[in-house]
Amino acid sequence: MPMTMTEKILAQHASRTDVSPGDLIEVKVDLAMANDITAPLAIAVFNEVGNQPVFDPNRIALIPDHFVPNKDIESAEQAKVMREFAVHHQIHHYYEVGQSGIEHVLLPEKGLVIPGDLVIGADSHTCTYGALGAFSTGVGSTDLGVILATGKTWLKVPPTIKIEYEGSLLPWVRGKDLILYTLGTLGVDGANYCALEFSGSVIEELPMAQRFTMTNMAIEAGAKNGIIEPDEITLAFVAERSHRTPLVCISDPGADYEKVIKIVVDTIEPQIALPHSPANVRPLSKVPHISLDQVFIGSCTNGYLEDLREAATILKGRKVAKGIRLIVIPGSQLIYSEAIEQGIIKTLIDAGAVIGPPCCGPCLGGHLGILAEGERAVSTSNRNFIGRMGHPKSEVYLASPAIAAASAVVGYIAGPEEL
Amino acid sequence: MKVQGTVWKFGDNVDTDLIIPARFLNSSDRDELARNCFADIRPGFMDMISPGDILVAGNNFGSGSSREHAPLAIKAAGIGVVVAENFARIFYRNAFNVGLPILESKEAPQSVNEGSLVSVDLATGEIVNMNTGQQFFAKPVPRFMREIVDAGGLVEYVKKKGLTGRGAS
Repeated sequence: MPMTMTEKILAQHASRTDVSPGDLIEVKVDLAMANDITAPLAIAVFNEVGNQPVFDPNRIALIPDHFVPNKDIESAEQAKVMREFAVHHQIHHYYEVGQSGIEHVLLPEKGLVIPGDLVIGADSHTCTYGALGAFSTGVGSTDLGVILATGKTWLKVPPTIKIEYEGSLLPWVRGKDLILYTLGTLGVDGANYCALEFSGSVIEELPMAQRFTMTNMAIEAGAKNGIIEPDEITLAFVAERSHRTPLVCISDPGADYEKVIKIVVDTIEPQIALPHSPANVRPLSKVPHISLDQVFIGSCTNGYLEDLREAATILKGRKVAKGIRLIVIPGSQLIYSEAIEQGIIKTLIDAGAVIGPPCCGPCLGGHLGILAEGERAVSTSNRNFIGRMGHPKSEVYLASPAIAAASAVVGYIAGPEEL
Repeated sequence: MKVQGTVWKFGDNVDTDLIIPARFLNSSDRDELARNCFADIRPGFMDMISPGDILVAGNNFGSGSSREHAPLAIKAAGIGVVVAENFARIFYRNAFNVGLPILESKEAPQSVNEGSLVSVDLATGEIVNMNTGQQFFAKPVPRFMREIVDAGGLVEYVKKKGLTGRGAS
């Protein structure tokens, strides 16, 4: 039976020859992940369902990234719960502040996810790892707590929506713009419960960082997972980081798709998601004059080295506009270090940016850049819900690092070509 | 089990940041979560409602972040059941796991108003608008999933049945 790549990975992990959309299956989990917000609840569940060892201390990643370095006593207590659990159960992939980063940036960087893996994380953006040709999805803390004990979970096999991107990209159009455009097309529930498979010649040309940006935001259309077929770019990325043998799953010709959407990218401009929905998308030329208070470059969507480099290219020799706060947060300690070596951080600092420690930062309104009432920000992150980055009457505009950097220079939403 | 209460009506795409803003996620204390439920869009929600009241919403309820604090906050605030046209998938799973009763109905959310008195039979999925007598039937929920909610959530369910007895549940 022809299958999509998502179905193949699920069948393999359910020890079945095939699966179809709607099947309820029990799967073996290759890697289970939680962070400082979701782990404490998951650990409480784990402890309640019985005093036992974890299913495999080498297949669990616990990443302090949301409210770290701890912003208050309560956050410190939560981080401590996770740290003590990691020590007690000898969790191999626990990364302390100083060796860590944002979970979804860090796990691929450490080679913990490879093609064909099945990853379950207590965080909705766990769908990011689909860029590596893995199946990965987010769950709540209770599901994760039980997985910590059993290494298994149940899933409903999702139908797949395939999106094919063809044509040539305009200048300054990146993976971020493609996914924002796609969200504008699908809506915030357009892929609810579905797998989103990104394909086509445009995707084949994208570097890994931009692929991660796209699969990261699959959840913003309600998708269970986002996924991209592994190719030479994927395998080269993985070979540098992991000694395990990838299981390359490719969708069969004749596989059954719920929908196939073809997107010709030739005329797609840089895209902006206006408040208060990631699907409320306009091309840059149709965005009115929006004056800003803050610009944030970072997050699991756009905190990669390539993103910081793109921002630095635009900010080199320029200054952040008077009255604008530019906050840059590298996605991981390694990215931070490489950005220093390559002179990127110096360029950003000279332009007037403040650099934060690798963590989620203001993306979810935690700390390091909260917005006051009435303030407006451009952010390279993934959500602009009401109150997402601070006061419920603040406004967040989602965009690529290039747009964010250019906007920081002029003080209103603008593209690099307007500089 | 029947739940009867006043309807609190919400629209489409109510995301988990609206249900419990991230600034309150430095605690998983049930009382704290209840106090801050819908803090940005309906401050003081917990004090407005009576235990067992019914939350009715449109499409894609619980979208966005996977935070389990969201169904926990709604449950701890005292809501007896959430009826929505449909739910975002992580929230759907989380609600069963924490023992928050939820039902999907296309028609009921379009026909009941804020303040309506509604009765919901969690076992049969029958929803009755007591003000108009209108009757709706929610999408049926498989038995094992009803049992999870009846037990009070997955933890209680697993304690009863044992981890190995989970099977395809």
